[in-house]
Amino acid sequence: MAWLEAHWLTLILFVPTAGALIMLILPLRTEKSLRGFAVFFSLIPLGLTLALWARFEAAPIVEGFRFVERVDWYSAIGSSYHLGIDGLSLPLVLLTTLLTPLALLASSSIKENLKAYLVLFLLLETGMLGVFLALDLLLFFVFWEVGLVPMYFLISQWGGANRHYAALKFILYTMGGSLGLLLAIQVMGLSSGTFDLVTLFQRWPTLARLDLPLGLSMSTVKAITFWAFVIAFAIKVPVWPFHTWLPDAHTEAPTAGSMILAGVLLKLGGYGFIRLVLPLFPNEAQQFAPWLAALAVAAIIFGALGALAQQDFKRLVAYSSINHMGFVILGVAAAALTWRAVDSQARLDANLALNGAMLQMFNHGLSAAGMFFLVGVIYDRAHTRDLQDFGGLYAILPVYGTMLVFTAMASLGLPGLGGFVSEFLVVRGAWPQLTLATALSMIGLFFTGAYILKALRLVLHGPLNPRWQGVLTDMNRLELVVILPLIGLSLLTGLWPSWLLGMINQAIATFF
Amino acid sequence: MNFPILSAIVLIPLVAGLILLCLPADRRAWVRGTALTAATLVLGLALVLYLRYDVRVGGYQFIERYPWLPDLGISYAVGVDGFSLPMVLLGALVLFSGVLVSWNVEERPREFFAFMMFLATSILGVFISLDLFLLFFFFEIAVFPKYLMIVLWGYPKTRDYGGMKLTLYLFIGSVLALVGALALYFNSGLRTFDLLALEKAGFGVDFQRFWFPFIFLGFAVLGGIFPFHSWAPDGHVAAPTAISMLLAGVEMKVGAFAALRTGIMLLPEGAQFWSPLILILATINVVYGAAIAMVQTDFKYVIGFSSVSHMGLVLIGFATLSREGLLGAGLQMFSHGVMTALFFAIVGMVYDRAHTRDIPALGGLARVMPWAAVGFIIAGLVSMGMPGFSGFIAEFPVFLGAWQRAPWVAVIAVLGIIITSAYILLVVRRVFFGDLPAALVGQVGDASGKDKGVILLLSAIMVLLGWFPSLLTPLVESGVRHILALVGGA
Repeated sequence: MAWLEAHWLTLILFVPTAGALIMLILPLRTEKSLRGFAVFFSLIPLGLTLALWARFEAAPIVEGFRFVERVDWYSAIGSSYHLGIDGLSLPLVLLTTLLTPLALLASSSIKENLKAYLVLFLLLETGMLGVFLALDLLLFFVFWEVGLVPMYFLISQWGGANRHYAALKFILYTMGGSLGLLLAIQVMGLSSGTFDLVTLFQRWPTLARLDLPLGLSMSTVKAITFWAFVIAFAIKVPVWPFHTWLPDAHTEAPTAGSMILAGVLLKLGGYGFIRLVLPLFPNEAQQFAPWLAALAVAAIIFGALGALAQQDFKRLVAYSSINHMGFVILGVAAAALTWRAVDSQARLDANLALNGAMLQMFNHGLSAAGMFFLVGVIYDRAHTRDLQDFGGLYAILPVYGTMLVFTAMASLGLPGLGGFVSEFLVVRGAWPQLTLATALSMIGLFFTGAYILKALRLVLHGPLNPRWQGVLTDMNRLELVVILPLIGLSLLTGLWPSWLLGMINQAIATFF
Repeated sequence: MNFPILSAIVLIPLVAGLILLCLPADRRAWVRGTALTAATLVLGLALVLYLRYDVRVGGYQFIERYPWLPDLGISYAVGVDGFSLPMVLLGALVLFSGVLVSWNVEERPREFFAFMMFLATSILGVFISLDLFLLFFFFEIAVFPKYLMIVLWGYPKTRDYGGMKLTLYLFIGSVLALVGALALYFNSGLRTFDLLALEKAGFGVDFQRFWFPFIFLGFAVLGGIFPFHSWAPDGHVAAPTAISMLLAGVEMKVGAFAALRTGIMLLPEGAQFWSPLILILATINVVYGAAIAMVQTDFKYVIGFSSVSHMGLVLIGFATLSREGLLGAGLQMFSHGVMTALFFAIVGMVYDRAHTRDIPALGGLARVMPWAAVGFIIAGLVSMGMPGFSGFIAEFPVFLGAWQRAPWVAVIAVLGIIITSAYILLVVRRVFFGDLPAALVGQVGDASGKDKGVILLLSAIMVLLGWFPSLLTPLVESGVRHILALVGGA
């Protein structure tokens, strides 16, 4: 038991990899055994995460983190295998371990090369979890990049017609964005003598002199490294104008890939902002916060307008992600502006905004995964995603219609569902300092309502398109198993947000 | 026990080669069996070296020293340190893999395997030499097997050109290096070729600055340094598969290693003086090599130019003269050796089955050759410097070194990574995915069992090293310490 306590995070992190390797070696032939195996291995991290959650409060805290593990890794250059979890990472770890089995269950339309698909999916889970758990900058980067590979192949092998282009755009965009991050990490590691995040949080912001023959002032170097981090994460989130890979990737990815892409991969960017950018670059973040806020507003408005203009159901949902993730960045910008203020009211605002940003990531993970899943459900049956082809489906698919309305409302931010709480917190926290930006983002929220209602109207309401009469079948039990946990959690968060906020707030209080 | 393990490593292939030449030509089973036995023995002994080298003690170990031409100060002196040991291991690995993928050589297999063994002796000999003359001796004897193997078993359309070009380039390089080596010998006043003694000879600064380019560039030609790199892609492409593996995988390291062992370690002042130029040339290697690889339509040329690009990172690591840079260079030599051997092995497997290397004429091979596809993708990810694979572990410290010496190198060389990603992903897609061309349907079968073994072995090494860098880093680090002591640290 003591061993388990000491290696809890490693287990969560590498059980999916172990599962992938075992699947590769075992001569599993039938489709059922393959799927069963993969789901089984993805349920273990979920179980471990829930058990960890139960004992989270009781676990000892080391330097602000719990369940810390640290062993030598690449000691020649000062990097260690350092893992830890806190209130910022735990909700996202839960999101990842929850969405992976659900996405695997949602993969029933994948028939070709099923084994490779499942193996890649499990490897992807390890990559994503590693980003949330790493407390070493180099290790963070390793997981940050390594997750791209399975996602690239999931899109390029099991995606839609234009999948190769979309996959290449996705990986080159993200890798290109990471080049700056890579260089910045090198500079930071060299000048601080370590890649350990806990040490870097102390050392880097106060570092006054650089031992490298750069010929630039320290403030310039810090500003450049700040932007290198911001651009890498902004591409992932994605923030306007770095978003153009996303609609393509989403549209071409298989349903489960889109669920993970929107549900978790985008969160890696947001998490990067909160875990790394704010603590490592407090001054630069404060200085450039108005720029971030401007980009966030652009993402909110253009994302919503972009969604409104789509005729493809999946593309519409893809643009909605840009719209919703904009609120995360708005919250980050607001927090960056004021969290070190002397005024306690301003600090409270910052706190609210950051809480909202974290919660928004969790909520968007639920609702976006749900929306992409529901798009996949209808696409599997109708083989079209063109909104004009649908109409009046509520009459023949009442269960599907109900689920879609529910999930869409969570996405729209209807009070009582998760999205409302988080967007409210962000807006409330950002309003005093970033009034104009917040006001503009409210306009964006209006368009959010418009595109969601447009989608619902075109799919569910109006006269039934006769070609679907008797053709489409309603959701089956397996599909309900996928969607109901997402809706349930969204409802829970909407009605009783403190199940998450308590933990998030505690972590924020520790760091900010 | 004082078993002369290093001498055994060098002599086993030599003896095996001689035995092979005495075997009856029509006994293919004997021929292959002899070659495989020798390669397995060498690999086993290299593993013993790896396991028994004491990192805490460091320095040269397993030393053997016998007078050879005492009047001239020449001795047979061999030993390995943390820097050369991984190279010996690499050479043994690639030799072993090369024998396996050449299993079905149709044309004169006896001579083929014999020459391959001679080449291995030459390669392994350079890595373990502790005597400048001996190093040179081993370096030069590679010329004959290399040239003959390219010309006799190479790609018929370009083998004469490729073989001749390679030989001439390397010949000119070694003449330069030889002149430099003789200058060292006479100037030191020690009347010895002993490398460890020459390290302490205390050459004058002007002398070092003058002679450094001769020795360093002379050897670095074989390492593929820009603008003397163009033999590499032509030579690699013209060579038969196993020889491409040995050439790109290990011979280029022989060049880089010799440039380090003699140029930088004997003339550290010269290295300090010329390092900006090497940095410039090597950075061109990285970016230009990648850009040229991008536009190739011949599958094998893509890999040939990628080697030029990756060797640039090794040379950058050298030229930083810093702990991180040298560590990275040592790791990159090993990582790139394994990676490019796997690349060429798979290119060979594809060519043997599809009879074309023209990328537009290929496609969809993942369906019929899944092992080759996965192996190529893993090598490709290593090539891209993807974290989780050995390439990242090796390239990252090179960049750390570059920041300390010349930050602009890091900023420019990083472009090589993104270009590499683009061409690797494009090649993977064009060759292994999409539709199988009609001409290839039914023609192409999966890799043989031995091919699969090679793919598995080399891939596993790259993945393991990516996640457990400590398998190799303490070793290389201990070797770097000695180099740093000579160049005065940076």
